[in-house]
Amino acid sequence: MEPTTITAMAGDAQLDTSSNPARLKISGQWTLVNYARLKLLTEQLAGKYDARTQIDLDDVSRLDTAGASLLVELLGSERVAQLADSATKLPAADRALLQTVYSSMRDFCVPVKAVEVNLGIQLLSRIGCSVDKLWQDTLQLLGFIGVILQTLARNFFRPKQWRITPVVAQIEQIGLNAAPIVALLTFMVGAVVAFLGATVLSNFGAGIYTVDLVAFSFLREFGVLLTAILMAGRTASSFTAQIGSMKANEEIDAIRTLGLDPMDLLVLPRVLALLIALPLLTFLAMMAGILGGAVVCVVSIGISPDMFISMLHSDIGVKNFLVGMVKAPFFAFLIAAVGCLEGFKVSGSAESVGAHTTSSVVQSIFIVILLDAVAALFFMEMGW
Amino acid sequence: MSTPTKAPREAVIEVRGLCNRFGSQSVHENLDLDVYKGEILGVVGGSGTGKSVLLRSIVGLRRPTEGEVRVFGKDLLSLHEAERSLIERRFGVLFQKGALFSSLTVTENIALPLIEHAGLSRPDAEHLACVKLALAGLPLSAADKYPSSLSGGMVKRAALARALALDPDILFLDEPTAGLDPIGAAAFDQLILTLRDALGLSVFLVTHDLDTLYTITDRVAVLSQKRVLVAAPIAEVEDFDDPWIHEYFHGPRGRAAYEAATQRKEQ
Repeated sequence: MEPTTITAMAGDAQLDTSSNPARLKISGQWTLVNYARLKLLTEQLAGKYDARTQIDLDDVSRLDTAGASLLVELLGSERVAQLADSATKLPAADRALLQTVYSSMRDFCVPVKAVEVNLGIQLLSRIGCSVDKLWQDTLQLLGFIGVILQTLARNFFRPKQWRITPVVAQIEQIGLNAAPIVALLTFMVGAVVAFLGATVLSNFGAGIYTVDLVAFSFLREFGVLLTAILMAGRTASSFTAQIGSMKANEEIDAIRTLGLDPMDLLVLPRVLALLIALPLLTFLAMMAGILGGAVVCVVSIGISPDMFISMLHSDIGVKNFLVGMVKAPFFAFLIAAVGCLEGFKVSGSAESVGAHTTSSVVQSIFIVILLDAVAALFFMEMGW
Repeated sequence: MSTPTKAPREAVIEVRGLCNRFGSQSVHENLDLDVYKGEILGVVGGSGTGKSVLLRSIVGLRRPTEGEVRVFGKDLLSLHEAERSLIERRFGVLFQKGALFSSLTVTENIALPLIEHAGLSRPDAEHLACVKLALAGLPLSAADKYPSSLSGGMVKRAALARALALDPDILFLDEPTAGLDPIGAAAFDQLILTLRDALGLSVFLVTHDLDTLYTITDRVAVLSQKRVLVAAPIAEVEDFDDPWIHEYFHGPRGRAAYEAATQRKEQ
C-alpha cells in the first residue's frame, strides 16, 4: 500500500506488434489506486488486438476486483475465462478472483443513462408536476377533513368512546407547555407595535391612539395569527413526527389489524386538543400583547394605566375580540388536520418523516395566513 | 465445508484484555480473540453478551474501557487519525439493517467511498460500482433504485457491495442472514464463501444462524461470561463442556442444522 511501490509497480499493458502473433503483456499492480490510469490505457488498447494475440499475465503482481473488472472489459469474459484456467503462473487466489469477476459480469452490461431532455421541456414538466401535486394535495386534505368531521360526528353521540385522557394529555403538551413562549413572544410584539405607533402617531400629536393601535391589532389579528403560526411550527410538526414515526414503524398498520381506527385513536384526540388549546392560547396572546403595549405606553409616552384602560373601554368594542377569537377554532382545525395528514403520508424511511414534517409546517403556516387574509377581507366587507 | 487454512496462521486482528463497561455494568472482562488471515470466524453468544459491542470495539466505533485491539499488527487506539483512517479503509462493514444512505441510490451508495477515498471520477466510480453490484449478485435493475424500495435481501446485497467497494481485507458482518428467507440466506452464505475464496478476505461474522455457522465458518468463537469461552472449529466447540454451548449446538435447531450440513457435504 506504500505510495513508492505503487509508482514503481504501477499496472501496465503493452502491445508488442513486432512478434507474430502479437503479444499483449499485462504487468504490475492492477488495483483500485491505479484505476483511472489503467482505464485510460484499456480504452486506448481497445480494438488494437485480435483473437490471435497472445496475452501474457505472468508479471501481474497484484490484482483486485477493480483491476479484474478492467481486464474483463479489455479482453472480454471468454478470453478471461480461458486465461483464468491457463495462466498458471498467476497465483490461485488471483485466478479465482478473475473467475468470480468474469462470471458475475458475464450477463452484465452498463446501464444506459436516460437521454437528457431539453431544459425548457424540463421546466414545463416540473411546473406541470408541481401543479398536479398541489391539486392532489388539496384533494387529499379536503378528503381528510371530511373523514375527521365524519369521525367526529360519529363519536359525538357515543360518549363511551370519548377518549378524555389522551385529549387532556395532548392539551397539556400543546397548550400548557406552549403558554410561556406564546405569552413572551406576543408581549414583545405588543411592545414593538406600541413603539412604532408611539413614534409615528406622536408626529401628528396623536400619541394617545397608540392604545387603539395595539388593542385593535392584537384583538383582531396579531393575537390569533401569531399563536396560530407558533402552533403551526410547534404542534403541526410534532403531530407529523409522532404519527409519521408510528407509520414508519408499522404501528399504524398494527392499530388497523387490531381492529381499531387510527382516526379515533390518534387524530381525533389531537384535533380536539388543539381546538381547545388554540383559543385559550389566543386569549393569552391577546392579553400579553396588550400588556406589552401598555408597558410601552406607560413608560415611553406617559399614558397612565388608568387612562389606558379607559381608552380600551371607550374605543374598542367587544366585537373586535370576537372577530379575532372566532378564527381560532378554524386555524386549530386546519393546523391539526395538516399535521396529522402529513404524518399519514410518511412512507417507510426516517428521511420521509423529516421531509413531511417540513412540509407540514410550511403548509399549515401557508393555510393559516391565507385563511386570515380571506377572513380580513370578509370582515371588512361585512363592516364588522 | 469447514476447511481450516493450513497455511501459517497470521493473525489480522488481535484483541487482548478487552474490557467494556457501561457505567457499573460490565459487558467484557479481559476478552482475548484472534482473527486469522483468510478465515471466516463466526461469533455467537446469547442476547446481551456483547457481540455487537465487540464488533464496534474492533472497527473503532467504540473506544473500549480497557485493553488493546491490534489490527495488522498495529494498535488501532494509539494511532493518529490519519493512520487510523488508512487502516479503517481496509475494513468492510455490513451492518445488520444494511445502513445504506437513504438519500442516495444504490449505485451512488457504492460509488461514494470510491469517489472519496480512491479518487475516481464519478462515471468511473459508478461504472465500478456496477461491477461490485454484479459481484454481490444484485440485478442491474436495482442499480438506480433508492434503498427504501429494495427488499430485505437486496438491501443486504447492496450493503455488501458497498462494504466491498474498496476491496477490504477484513469483512465484518453483523447478522447478515437475519431477516432473509432460507433460500436467500443460503445464497448469501455461498456468496460470502465465494467472495472469501476469490478476494482472500478475512471475515468476522456475528450471527445467530446455525445453518450459516455449520456451512461457512472455519472457526466459531463463543462469547459467554464476559469473555470468549472458546474459539475453535465448530466440531470442537460443539463438544466444549458448558451448559449454554451444549444447549446451543445440541438443541433441536442445532441438530437440524448439523444434519443438513453433513448431508450437503455428502452430496
